[in-house]
Amino acid sequence: MAGKTTLNNLPSGSFALVTEVLAEGLIRRRLLDLGLVPGTRVEVVRRSPAGDPTAFNIRGAIIALRKEVAGQVLVSPLGDEAAG
Amino acid sequence: MGLTYQSTGKLATREIFNVPASIRQPVVALAGNPNTGKSTVFNALTGLRQHTGNWPGKTVLQAKGSYIHDGRKYTLVDLPGTYSLLANSVEEEVARDFICFARPDATVTVVDATCLERNLNLVLQVMEITDKVIVCVNLIDEARRKNIRIDSDKLSERLGVPVVTTAARSGEGLSRLLDVISDVVFGRVQPKPRLVRYTPEVEEAIARLEPGIRALVGGEINARWVALRLLDGDIKLGHSLEIFCNRREPVRAAREVLV
Ligand SMILES: Nc1nc2c(ncn2[C@@H]2O[C@H](COP(=O)(O)OP(=O)(O)OP(=O)(O)O)[C@@H](O)[C@H]2O)c(=O)[nH]1
Ligand SMILES: [Mg+2]
Repeated sequence: MAGKTTLNNLPSGSFALVTEVLAEGLIRRRLLDLGLVPGTRVEVVRRSPAGDPTAFNIRGAIIALRKEVAGQVLVSPLGDEAAG
Repeated sequence: MGLTYQSTGKLATREIFNVPASIRQPVVALAGNPNTGKSTVFNALTGLRQHTGNWPGKTVLQAKGSYIHDGRKYTLVDLPGTYSLLANSVEEEVARDFICFARPDATVTVVDATCLERNLNLVLQVMEITDKVIVCVNLIDEARRKNIRIDSDKLSERLGVPVVTTAARSGEGLSRLLDVISDVVFGRVQPKPRLVRYTPEVEEAIARLEPGIRALVGGEINARWVALRLLDGDIKLGHSLEIFCNRREPVRAAREVLV
C-alpha cells in the first residue's frame, strides 16, 4: 500500500481507500452521506475534459466531485491487483 | 392501536404540502436514494390516478397519486431521490420536511438491492424521524442476476422495521408491499427502529434539549431528531419548524431575508 494522498490527485482508472475526511461542516456531512467513510474503496472513473470535476465510483454510484471537495478526502492508493 | 388520525395539526400541515388532508385517507410517502425505482413503484401502484406539479414554493417536481387496497383509498407521494435528509439541497429539504411535518402514515424507503449498504444511510436517517418505516428492497431481479442474496428477515431484525423485496418493473412483490403498508398504517405492525446511539456527550445534550423542544413542537414531531439537528447547527430546520408549527403558508420572502 502506497503513501497517503488526496482523492483529487489520483489518475483515472485507479483505486484508493478512504482513510480520513478532512472537510468540516456541511461539506463533511455531504461527503459522509455519499458514502465516503474511512475504509471505503473508491474508483476514479474519469476526469472531465477540462480536468474538473472528476467522476468517482463510490459504493456503486457514480458521483462527480470538484477538486476542492475531493481534495479534502485523504486516501491510500491501491495497486492494480485491487482493480478486479 | 388502530387509527391515529386525531391530529388536526398534521392534517393542516399536509394541506401546506398540497396533499389531501382527509382523516379517512392515509398518506404514504416513497423515499429513497436517486435511481432506486421510487417512480417505478409509484407508477405501478397509482397507474393513471396521479398528478404532478411542484412542491409548494419550490422548483422541485411533486408527484402524488392514489391507489385502493382492501377497499380503502391511500394517497401516495413520490419524494425526490436523495442520499441524505440533512437538507444540503432543496430536494433533501422537501423530502425531510414532508416526513417530519406532514407525518406520513407510513414511509416506504426504496433501496437498491445491488448496493444495499450505500442506501442504508438514508434508511437510518428516515428511521430517526419516524417509526412508521418500511424498507422496500427493490431491483431484486438485478441482485439475483449478480448473485447477490438479500436476507430480508435478518435485515428486518437488525433495522427493527418491516422489509419487503420487490422488482417493481415486473410488479414482483408489490402486493406484499401493499399489505405491509396497510399493516403499518393501521397499527397491526408497529415498527421499532433500532436507532443510532451517539456518544455519551451527545446523548446527554439531546436529553437536555428534548423536553424544551417537546413543549414547543408538541408530541407529534420527533423531539429527539429536532434536538440532533439543532446540535448539528441546522438553521434551515429552525425556519421550517417556525413555519410548520405556526401552520402558516411558507413565506418565501421572509426566508430569503433570513438566509
Ligand atoms: N431491473 C429492474 N429495473 C428497475 C426496477 N425498478 C426500477 N427499475 C428501473 O430503474 C430505473 C430507475 O427507476 P426510477 O423509478 O426512475 O427510479 P427513481 O428512484 O424514481 O429515480 P429518481 O427519481 O431519479 O431518484 C428505470 O430505468 C427503471 O425502469 C426493478 O425492480 N428491476
Ligand atoms: Mg423518480
